[in-house]
Amino acid sequence: MQLIDRFLPHGTKYDFIRYRWMAFCVTAILILGSFTSIAVKGFNFGIDFAGGILVEAQSTTGSADLHAMRATLNNLGLGEVSLQEFGTTGRDVMIRVQRQEGNEKTQMDALGKVKDSLGAGFTYRRVEIVGPKVGGELVRDGVLAVCLALLAIAFYVWFRFEWQFGVGALVSTFHDVITTFGLFSITGLEFNLTTVAAILTIAGYSVNDTVVEYDRVRENLRKYKTMSLYDLLNLAVNETLARTILTVSTVFVTVLALLFVGGEVLRGFSIAMLWGLIIGTFSSVYVAMPMLIYFNLRTGKIEEEAEPEAASTN
Amino acid sequence: MSNFPKWKIALVALVSLFGIVFAAPNMLSREQADRLPAWLQPVSLGLDLQGGSYLLLEVDTAYVVREQLTSLVESVRTTLRKEKVKYSDLGARGDLVNVRIIDAEDRAKAREFLRKLDADATLEAKDDGSMSLQYSEAAVKRRKMAAVEQSLEIVRRRIDELGTREPSIQRQGEDRIVVQLPGIKDPDRIKVLLGKTAKLTFHLLDDTTTSEEAQKGRIPPGSMLLPAAERERGLPESYVVRKRIEVGGDMLVDSKPTYSDGRPVVSFRFNASGAKKFGDATRENAGKFLAIVLDDKVISAPRINEPILGGSGIISGSFSVQQAQDLSLLLRAGALPAPLQVLEERTVGPDLGADSIRAGTVASILGLALVVVLMIIVYGTLGALADLAMILNLILLLAALSFLGATLTLPGIAGVVLTMGMAVDANVLIYERMREEQRNGRTVMSAIQAGYDRAFGTIFDAHVTTLVAAALLFQFGSGPIRGFAVTLTLGLLASLFTSVLVNRMMVVGWIRWRRLKTLPLA
Repeated sequence: MQLIDRFLPHGTKYDFIRYRWMAFCVTAILILGSFTSIAVKGFNFGIDFAGGILVEAQSTTGSADLHAMRATLNNLGLGEVSLQEFGTTGRDVMIRVQRQEGNEKTQMDALGKVKDSLGAGFTYRRVEIVGPKVGGELVRDGVLAVCLALLAIAFYVWFRFEWQFGVGALVSTFHDVITTFGLFSITGLEFNLTTVAAILTIAGYSVNDTVVEYDRVRENLRKYKTMSLYDLLNLAVNETLARTILTVSTVFVTVLALLFVGGEVLRGFSIAMLWGLIIGTFSSVYVAMPMLIYFNLRTGKIEEEAEPEAASTN
Repeated sequence: MSNFPKWKIALVALVSLFGIVFAAPNMLSREQADRLPAWLQPVSLGLDLQGGSYLLLEVDTAYVVREQLTSLVESVRTTLRKEKVKYSDLGARGDLVNVRIIDAEDRAKAREFLRKLDADATLEAKDDGSMSLQYSEAAVKRRKMAAVEQSLEIVRRRIDELGTREPSIQRQGEDRIVVQLPGIKDPDRIKVLLGKTAKLTFHLLDDTTTSEEAQKGRIPPGSMLLPAAERERGLPESYVVRKRIEVGGDMLVDSKPTYSDGRPVVSFRFNASGAKKFGDATRENAGKFLAIVLDDKVISAPRINEPILGGSGIISGSFSVQQAQDLSLLLRAGALPAPLQVLEERTVGPDLGADSIRAGTVASILGLALVVVLMIIVYGTLGALADLAMILNLILLLAALSFLGATLTLPGIAGVVLTMGMAVDANVLIYERMREEQRNGRTVMSAIQAGYDRAFGTIFDAHVTTLVAAALLFQFGSGPIRGFAVTLTLGLLASLFTSVLVNRMMVVGWIRWRRLKTLPLA
């Protein structure tokens, strides 16, 4: 099995921790940039959160005349109406109508107007209407669920490891979530419920990564009682390097497959995942690990717990 | 260690069998699956995948409470009039019904009457003769609950009348109803049907005045001005009708669309007490006009030529065939206790759903194939064994979703992707650990044992951390997020089982069979 050696390094002694300041700078820039963009530019909210109408119409009579459609729809007095052609046949048009002032009923009436003015030459592949009430609730539920999930992760890691690890996991996962928000804000990609699912998936991967590394740190704390924390953290990253590379590449190819053949609906999800995979791996190695150096890990608690495996086999 | 206890082997065999049996229906076509028993069905696809319509409705419970107060006002009025008690300032304000009894000697008497009026309302009387009635919080809540329950029932009846395939009508939260209609391309007709309260009442026209007079604001007490349902030449735009309801639509037992003089009309039939009331009303008021009012709009106001004693009649108006059909359907299904509002609508055409499934399936299979190949390139036979475990993981996940009757949605597929990633990661962790242990000088079986045992702690922590997060997402997230949480949870449980237990058995079995002395890992 010579292949493995070529693919996966072992016994490496890269000094990851040395570059922590550079990493912290990158992290700080990413987070600040994300916050700035979120504050200044905000998000391109999809109708899930902003409310409004989304219609995917397909022309039954050859390619759709976007120009004429735009003219018709903008004359309805429904406020901002955006049209976008997609797909390869030129027959599919995505129509977005901003949330209408007034109650839920005005939304429904607006949809009726859109359909009436487009006439009979279209079939509707997708129609979504989200009223103002529901949009707000979806935002609230989503934010609440994500925040609670992050906190729960931190508590579990605290419970299984030590509080320092809990803080580290929380910070690095938070970092991944915030920068993904930032990505969506800067690029103006549509932010909808699928995006929330993607962010959750990213958080899941990132935590998995972080826990794997932390687990090795915990083990090494017991094994090498006199090693400096600096060397110990480096050792842990190097020891798990082969695994990190292999896991990231497998997930990477899966996500690439989703991105290129997963169709229109999964595109936003795949882009977010791709970003999350990169940023999540980065944060596990360069944020979660070096952070531990600033905590006094050798409080004795972890080392006191005898390692049962070592006792029985040696 | 290399000898697995019998129960473990039996467990793996049983679980794998469960997986294969319950996942199998997913390979069948729709028609074939329909012949299977109810407990053995393929996983149901969300509307985003199979196409259909999703409607989130809200029952206007505030309307019910207002109605309740208005009718309390009316009963106060009727009672005080009947007892000849002089009063002023009668009206509903906020959640109170206020009235002032003018004569001091009447107050004690009035207090008695008003107290007995409604057991749910409490009376408060002040020294100046003003009294107020208020429903207890519990009574209001009960009323709201009942309205939501009843709405659910009426919505169900209306949709059943339309004969759609496998509709799902569920209550959500306090006052919401989720309607899911697979296969529906255009929910407009359903929205129209659900948007009508369909409260039918018969009133006498007030012949003491004209609607022109009433439009100037001179409406006699006890009467009201109602618009016509349809504007038609030669007919009035509005009518002045008596507030008193002669007969209500709640006493209807049947209604059908039919024709009269070649025009579509709606026939109706009352139950016994309705028939009697209707008979009395038409006998006593022969020659007058009877307004047929639907949702506060006058459909028509024909003259009562003769008493209608049989309890049945027809409603004529300017109906199209479709309108006559819809009206009779609404009357058969009954009136909603309160208006419904559509808060959210999502309709996915069946072809788009099919496209999503196709693209999703192709992407998943391609992704899976790439992972399988990558694992074999890197780990050879051991990689293939890990691939087998991962495929079993997917089978188990599919089986669990089918068995529990869960719904697979697009965000659910995201959960599957995360699960697959973590399952692969588990095996990579194990193999890398075994490699390390072997390099540290262990024999093959000892390296395998150490590999699994040590990696287990890591895998367990990583899985449980994610499970904890998934549990919270399920608890607090809304629709799509929950679908994600469900597949993630089931997938992670399956992954713990397959990557730790099943894969280990396969690896040990293989090493023994080939009598290997070293692990084929560098």
